[in-house]
Amino acid sequence: MRALGQLTVPLLVLAAALGAAVKGVDVFDAMSAGAKKGLLILWGILPSLLVVFPAIRLLRASGLPELLGTTLRPAFTLLGVPEETGLLMLLRPLSGSGALAAAAELMQRHGPDSLIGRTAAVMLGSSETSFYVIAVYFSAAGIRDDGRALPAALCADLVCFLASAWICRVLWG
Amino acid sequence: MVSIAIFSIYLFSILASLLLGNTASAGSAVLEGVHDALRFAPELAAALCLWSAVTELLERSGIGAALARLLRQPLLRLFPRGAADPGTLAALSENLSANMLGLGNAATPAGIRATRGLARLQARTELNTLVVLNTASVQLLPTTAASLRASLGSAAPFDITPAVWVSSILSLLAGLSLIRLLNRTPS
Repeated sequence: MRALGQLTVPLLVLAAALGAAVKGVDVFDAMSAGAKKGLLILWGILPSLLVVFPAIRLLRASGLPELLGTTLRPAFTLLGVPEETGLLMLLRPLSGSGALAAAAELMQRHGPDSLIGRTAAVMLGSSETSFYVIAVYFSAAGIRDDGRALPAALCADLVCFLASAWICRVLWG
Repeated sequence: MVSIAIFSIYLFSILASLLLGNTASAGSAVLEGVHDALRFAPELAAALCLWSAVTELLERSGIGAALARLLRQPLLRLFPRGAADPGTLAALSENLSANMLGLGNAATPAGIRATRGLARLQARTELNTLVVLNTASVQLLPTTAASLRASLGSAAPFDITPAVWVSSILSLLAGLSLIRLLNRTPS
């Protein structure tokens, strides 16, 4: 069982490749096309990483988070959300790659398997760049928000953050 | 708006470092941050490429079409007017199945077609429902978040998956309820 667990990744690749081969897909061609898409995703988010990482490093080095932490901590404690995820929550609806960079920084600093690292990953995985989605969809269709879409999307984001913090605390806290 | 956030971080960090006497570490932090980002990039690329390769296999095996069949019933309930129009129904199911598979690039064009269709049908509530479905990010596998964790050496990058489902579904329910609630109040 343990060996199987350790072989999850190659087994997963094998299963996907077998399934595709049965369907007559050119496996090598599909995988290299997919890997190229992965590189393009990185190309898309790397510039944001290069801008957001230095800003967060500067913020941490300045000592401001400790100063703010003591004033804001009661509010975060009340909501049950780790205060470290504040910047991630602020960026999430605005910029997909910015939020990814903030989450990456949190996971790097606290470890991907720590409670904060997991909370950041769950927040990132269960929400979207709401402002961007609304702007793109509505402008492409040539319509305006009737004043319901944005509040509903932002309310969903808020519930998402609270729920992420709660479920991570329950499962791994 | 992100620019304002970044600008504020720089401004307040500089002020705070002066106030707290942390100017030396703050001064070197910016370049270190760029260095961090560059060091992290190859790790992230590895996880993203591997996962994108597997996703491409699944996509070409026709998993999207299978998922679209499964989504038919929920779509008919959520979009009674949109689903009556064959073109809009096809766009809706393509958008949702791409979202569930984490294929953001495939989801957007289909989502735009669905939005245009719903706008033409003047189905305002259904339009807002589509927006919430897209912003709540209901994914079968949180591939980007898991790739990040994998690139930072997580023992089991996908073990957050059930937590992501719970969080997505709760936020989706909150968004859909608010749309229905706002619908009842005259605007």
